[in-house]
Amino acid sequence: MLADSVETMVKDEQESSNRPDNTAFTQQRLPAWQPMLSAGIVIPGFVLIGLAFIGIGVALFVTSQGIQVLEIDYTGVEQKSPCFRCANSNEKNCVCNLEFSIDRLLKGPVFFYYGLTNYFQNYRRYGVSKDDNQLSGDLDYFQSPSDTCSPYEYDNNVPIVPCGSIANSMFNDTFKLYQTVNGVKKQVPLDGKGIAWWSDYNIKYRNPSVTPLKNAFNGTVKPIFWSKPAYELDPTDSTNNGFINQDFLVWMRRAALPDFRKLYRRITHEDYKEGLPAGNYSLEISYNYPVLSFDGRKKVVFSNVSWMGGKNEFLGIAYLVIGSLCVFMSIVMLIVYAKFKFPEED
Amino acid sequence: MQTHLPLQGGGLKEGVLSFALIQASHTHRRVTAGKNGPVVSVFDFPKDEKLVSKRKRNLKTAMTWRSPLALVRDALRGQRAREKELRNLVSNLPYEGLEKRKQPNRFFPSNAIKTTKYTPLFFIPMNLFEQFHRLANIYFVGLAILNFIPVVNAFQPEVALIPICVILFLTALKDAWEDFRRYQSDRKLNNTPCYIYSRKEKQFLERRWKDVRVGDFVRVVCNEIVPADLLLLHTADPKGVCHIETSNLDGETNLKQRRVVSGLCISIPDFEPESFNSIVVCEKPNNNLNHFKCYVEKPDKEKVGAGIESLLLRGCTVRNTDHAVGFVVYAGHETKSMLNNGGPRYKRSKLERKLNIDVFFCVILLFTMCFIGALGHFVWLLARPGVPPYLVPDTNGHLDSPSLASFYMFFTMIILLQILIPISLYVSIELVKIGQIFFITNDSDLYDEETDSRMQCKALNITEDLGQIEYIFSDKTGTLTENKMVFRRCSIMGAEYPHKENAIRLAVLDEPESEEEVIFDQSPRPRQMSWSLDAEDANPVGKPPRGSQRRSSVAVHTQTDVAFSSPLETEVIPDKRLLQQISRAESCSSRKTDPYLDFFLALAICNTVVVSMATAQRRRTSVSPRSSQISGSVDTLSNLVKKAGNLLSSCQLTSKRNRSLSEEAVIQCVKMEKTVDTNRHQTCSLHPPSQGARPSAASDDLCYEAESPDEAALVHAARAYGFTLLARSPDSVTVRLPSGEDLEFELLDTLTFDSNRKRMSVLVRHPITRELVLYTKGADYAIMELLGTPYAEHLRGGQKNIAADTQYHLDCYAKDGLRTLCISKKVVTDKVYESWLVDRKKALAAIDNREELLMNTAVQLETNLTLLGATGIEDRLQESVPDTIVALREAGIHVWVLTGDKPETAVNIGYACRLLEEEDLVINMSSKNKVTCTSILDCTLEEVRRHMADPRNVDTTPNISLVIDGETLTMALSPDLQNRFVDLAKRCRSVLCCRVTPLQKSSVVKVVREKLKVMTLAVGDGANDVNMIQAADVGIGISGQEGMQAVMASDFALSRFKHLKKLLLVHGHWCYTRLANMIIYFFYKNVAYVNLLFWYQFFCGFTGTTMIDYWLMIFFNLFFTSAPPIMFGIMDKDVSAEMLLGVPELYRTGQGKGEYNFLTFWISILDAFYQSLVCFFIPYLAYQDSDIDIFTFGTPLNTISLFTILLHLSIEIKSWTIVHWIIMLGSVALYFIVTLAYSAICVTCNPPSNPYWIFQSQMADPMFYLICIISTVVALLPRYTFHVLRNSVAPSPLIQAKHLDRMDPTTRDQWIQEWRSFRGGRPVRRSKLDTPSSSTLEAPDYYPEPLSVSDAMGDDLTLNAVTVNFQRPVQT
Repeated sequence: MLADSVETMVKDEQESSNRPDNTAFTQQRLPAWQPMLSAGIVIPGFVLIGLAFIGIGVALFVTSQGIQVLEIDYTGVEQKSPCFRCANSNEKNCVCNLEFSIDRLLKGPVFFYYGLTNYFQNYRRYGVSKDDNQLSGDLDYFQSPSDTCSPYEYDNNVPIVPCGSIANSMFNDTFKLYQTVNGVKKQVPLDGKGIAWWSDYNIKYRNPSVTPLKNAFNGTVKPIFWSKPAYELDPTDSTNNGFINQDFLVWMRRAALPDFRKLYRRITHEDYKEGLPAGNYSLEISYNYPVLSFDGRKKVVFSNVSWMGGKNEFLGIAYLVIGSLCVFMSIVMLIVYAKFKFPEED
Repeated sequence: MQTHLPLQGGGLKEGVLSFALIQASHTHRRVTAGKNGPVVSVFDFPKDEKLVSKRKRNLKTAMTWRSPLALVRDALRGQRAREKELRNLVSNLPYEGLEKRKQPNRFFPSNAIKTTKYTPLFFIPMNLFEQFHRLANIYFVGLAILNFIPVVNAFQPEVALIPICVILFLTALKDAWEDFRRYQSDRKLNNTPCYIYSRKEKQFLERRWKDVRVGDFVRVVCNEIVPADLLLLHTADPKGVCHIETSNLDGETNLKQRRVVSGLCISIPDFEPESFNSIVVCEKPNNNLNHFKCYVEKPDKEKVGAGIESLLLRGCTVRNTDHAVGFVVYAGHETKSMLNNGGPRYKRSKLERKLNIDVFFCVILLFTMCFIGALGHFVWLLARPGVPPYLVPDTNGHLDSPSLASFYMFFTMIILLQILIPISLYVSIELVKIGQIFFITNDSDLYDEETDSRMQCKALNITEDLGQIEYIFSDKTGTLTENKMVFRRCSIMGAEYPHKENAIRLAVLDEPESEEEVIFDQSPRPRQMSWSLDAEDANPVGKPPRGSQRRSSVAVHTQTDVAFSSPLETEVIPDKRLLQQISRAESCSSRKTDPYLDFFLALAICNTVVVSMATAQRRRTSVSPRSSQISGSVDTLSNLVKKAGNLLSSCQLTSKRNRSLSEEAVIQCVKMEKTVDTNRHQTCSLHPPSQGARPSAASDDLCYEAESPDEAALVHAARAYGFTLLARSPDSVTVRLPSGEDLEFELLDTLTFDSNRKRMSVLVRHPITRELVLYTKGADYAIMELLGTPYAEHLRGGQKNIAADTQYHLDCYAKDGLRTLCISKKVVTDKVYESWLVDRKKALAAIDNREELLMNTAVQLETNLTLLGATGIEDRLQESVPDTIVALREAGIHVWVLTGDKPETAVNIGYACRLLEEEDLVINMSSKNKVTCTSILDCTLEEVRRHMADPRNVDTTPNISLVIDGETLTMALSPDLQNRFVDLAKRCRSVLCCRVTPLQKSSVVKVVREKLKVMTLAVGDGANDVNMIQAADVGIGISGQEGMQAVMASDFALSRFKHLKKLLLVHGHWCYTRLANMIIYFFYKNVAYVNLLFWYQFFCGFTGTTMIDYWLMIFFNLFFTSAPPIMFGIMDKDVSAEMLLGVPELYRTGQGKGEYNFLTFWISILDAFYQSLVCFFIPYLAYQDSDIDIFTFGTPLNTISLFTILLHLSIEIKSWTIVHWIIMLGSVALYFIVTLAYSAICVTCNPPSNPYWIFQSQMADPMFYLICIISTVVALLPRYTFHVLRNSVAPSPLIQAKHLDRMDPTTRDQWIQEWRSFRGGRPVRRSKLDTPSSSTLEAPDYYPEPLSVSDAMGDDLTLNAVTVNFQRPVQT
């Protein structure tokens, strides 16, 4: 109290007046735009948005219609399914052949996906279960992986590389595609390059700079579920081996939803540049990955893509519906405006 | 060393005998706040001996080794000394220069103060401790800790600490800054210079405040602030009087007298502190500013008592006294002013109370969602037939059972969905309120030019309550009125003197300034000229009215600080008839007992007015904080010049037209000027005015410092008739008679005013007749019943007649809205006096119920009074009060006026300020006993109900107003009648309570507030309104004439009543709508965002996964979406100030439930659910069955949320200024910049998300944009359409107002008029308060007697529901 008064006294000697500054800001008189949300004003907006949306919707819908998709379930739940035998978990190194036919040209470039359903890659503790430092090639973490990898951290006190649940559960079915031309099986070359994210392949995941790569893995073991160690994922190509193996990278990028597909290969070979021609095909599946334990399904998907990605009719329809709704609303607003217009809106 | 060691006090003796190693402890002791009591810090008790010896080495003065035990003993002794009921203090002088441990007063705190909460070293722990008193912070910390438990954690533990750390950091920063401000002000105070006596130098040396210790002698000079509580020992005044101004303490601006402790020190010209060898025994420090118990024991054991009248309090300012010397009894935190320093007010607003309920709903919502999550996880786990590869077992390869896992999941969900409880809301609300207060205090419309004061916000957290007020309780005097009392009329011995000229002068003063200029400079009206001349003739003091008129408009600055002495009050133009009477009486033989002379003597004497010199006042203004030094003195100078000129011209006229009085008056005038002039020269020579100006300035030299403006008005009135109060000392009063003769009355006693007696008296010995005379003045009913034998029967008819005539005049005055006082006299014989004196002394000496005894003695003497006459004082309405009241009423606010005045006065003011309207139905309630009160209430209630129910009255129902007096109010507020009274009162548009006590005021407020559950506001200016101000939801203090108590107790302080209009209608409305909408939006925002995570749980097995990077989630709340709502809460403007003031009805939107209610809250929550569904499921459906990965999926979700949330706000924002655009666009830009940067930098950081390059890849994908656009549109379409349709089909008043706002001003005004008439509101008449013409006295019948409903109800029933309107005559 006293302090205040002394203070004000001192202050007042400096500036004689207490009068507030007369600025537009302090007097709350800044020039302002006052939008008025009333029927008359929003009609043009609604019409414009409606028309634009219908336009976008049509474009999306047409594009989506142009995308061809071939989706085949090979889980082998049903008896007549070619992979029924392999679905039995006791079978090791089971191979089954999936015959299918394409009745018209599947325009290229064709993308070859594998799909899983009811697979929760987005399970929280699953997602945490990896060591990013290890995967970026830091050798320190080869010997002592992060706790987050637990329980796939050590196997009998030997560190696991790559550690963690994600790597451990890597999808290990392999496919070979044959075109049956005049009863002769002709293998369709599959392109395994460029299926992972560029940033993953080039920056995020690195192999340790040790040659040969195998030496870097001394004193470590492969993940429990794996049949071969990481440095043998693609022995033929050193740029596709170890942590920068593209299949591995694709798997490590966890799917957002429990029903997902992941890119397996692209069909870009000279012969199939135009796409997969109509005809009979055979898919040789090396069936390894068990899914029945969690009621999952496996499938392969052949699809071409457009600028909007894969086939999805939803967005086009949504745009059309909302666009129409906006146009409809503008008519409603017109009626409302006619009945309840404000005096100054004449 | 002094041989004389006054060590009688037991505690002190012990202290001296056991000097221990106190030095060490004292040098290290921090002076902490007084309330903390004794300080036994770690330094006092060093456990390890090394430390002690080290310290010993450092302290060369330490001669003997003392055990730690001795230190403890000494500390305990210090505590005992401080806590003892009585303290013995001795002078420090004999011990000067000695080490600390030999100082007798060392146990008492020094004068250095420390109001800071923290020390730099312990700031962090102390501040954290303070902050964890808030529940919200504990909640946050709890969640963060929960996150450290591995089985339940949802995020990385370290990351989860960020939000709480940010909040704690920001709050700590704010606290540190505040504490630093306090530190600075402490330092400034502690280093203020003062003079302390030094024995070595044999004089007073300049030291700092912090150097003052108990037992020192401090000299204070004029206009200096007292550094500590001083027992006054010596002053420059030969009578030993020192004047102080306590405005820093209680805000009272009048001077108070303090006296030297009598019989203690010889007031020889120079006081010798060294000769002071007595012991001062005083009580333990307390915070009572008006009581102090102390005695001084001289060396010869004689005890001299001293009380508050000898204590100079710290913080007071010495006035009109050249210098004074005092003995420090309390210093620093023990001073009364420091003990009185309360902390800041904390109130919780209605909105916040509601908000807390909704936060509780949010908690329920959170738990429901978490429960759903846990249950979902349980079901999901059960649905797995085997162990899928993605289930992660614990280290031992063991999986938790589904029930245990879902139990853990419940807590994980709480962490995940924690922001559903909007913790950041509280921080945001605080920021918003700071912004709102900034705008309120910076409003130049609420700035008062006269006092150079802005509106002050004392309570920082109830701004929005201003927008919800339903009942206003207002004080009358000083709040509605100026509290600048103007003497208007008087009645002496039954004869009325209407003072017509004075009335005209006041009427002219009422004109706007420009007109005033015209009138006075060109003087077109001969009538005005004549009165001003008359005044000149008649006024023996020679006051020039014209000059003063000018001053009223020019010299505003210099006048404000002088209590109750604006020209309006000081200048009274005497009534000619009365002047003649006086001159007749003067010349008459019986002049010593003439009632006319007695009347004016009573006016001059019977008060507690202190006389001071104007020059001293001027000095005071020059250092006063409230006026500007330069402009002040310039004004003064120009006034003097102007006055001189005016005087000259009027003197010439006087000589020409000198027609009324004898020449004697003129001679007196000159004589007077001379004496006063010399007086002034003796007292002060600071501002020697120019020679030419001096004669006129001299008349202003006397300044009256009155406790109440009424007293000042009466003294000035007496002065106008020549009875000038010249001086007042504790035992004498000097009055100059019109004849120029000075009479010095011996003042025997003053029976001070109290609210029970409602009167005051002075007992004096007449210097000529040597008679003991008691002059009493008081409320009419308090005097009338005490009248005794007729007075001066030989002069007039019986006393009875005089009393009857006077009573008639009093009634007329009251109806005219004047405040009435009766003046009476009594001659007391010496014998009676002596016997009374015995009782009086007994009463004075009494310790128990002293007040009661004193009152009894007063009552004993105040009998058989002789009526002299009565006065009518006008208290003018403040500027634009009627306007304000009409506007407030149109805003749907019930206005109650609570006043201590008579019903007649109150009703009249009621009409004048348009609280009551001519067509109103006025119910007048007054009854003497409870039975009748009950039946009146019942009857009235019945009648009112019937009246309102009557279909014929639907359109024509007049507004009902209630007038009730204090006595009836007490009965009506009794528990059994309370409900009925409140029921009646709520049907009344306005209520006028008369003759109420402060306690009643607050109980009325409490009853209405509690029974009707409404928002109440109390506004008042005086100490009697403090209770009421504190009882109401919002208390407003008017910083007016009556000091600062009301302002200090208030939440907001205004300088004028009219500011209330803009404060409530504009700022209140804005603050409320802004905050209400901001809070609703905040709830919406959090729910909408958090629900995205919740919906995702359905697709990740309820495992608590987030698809958005946690850092981005934090940033989202902390940076991307935090500034827009805060800006919205501070700056949004739904309707312009002009519209809000023009159409007060708009205020009603905030009353009652307002805009923030159950419905709006839940609608916004539902909308949030809808929007989050859209924001989640459109991307979900668009990305279904694709190879999208988890954080790529989250990116569009986050972006959509940002756009939806910000665009939602832009639908709500009513007006867009440049600030809005910058913040909104800035938020979006910030989102993109931060996210892009983060995605580009973070390669392996923050697992598991690794957002590396995700945002970039999304931004390269057209689908991202398409999804964002449609989701945002779909999410906002319903709200947008709803707003549009509602605005078009059924626009709320606010929307209509906004429409009008967009028009150009002229058409807008036209529309406002049309609209108002359409809505049934009458156009506001911008009528100015008419000044009642003096002719009303001749026609006193415009206030009809109330008609009784039934005479059968008993004689004392004076009520009634009156169906005939009280007509107020149309005045011109």
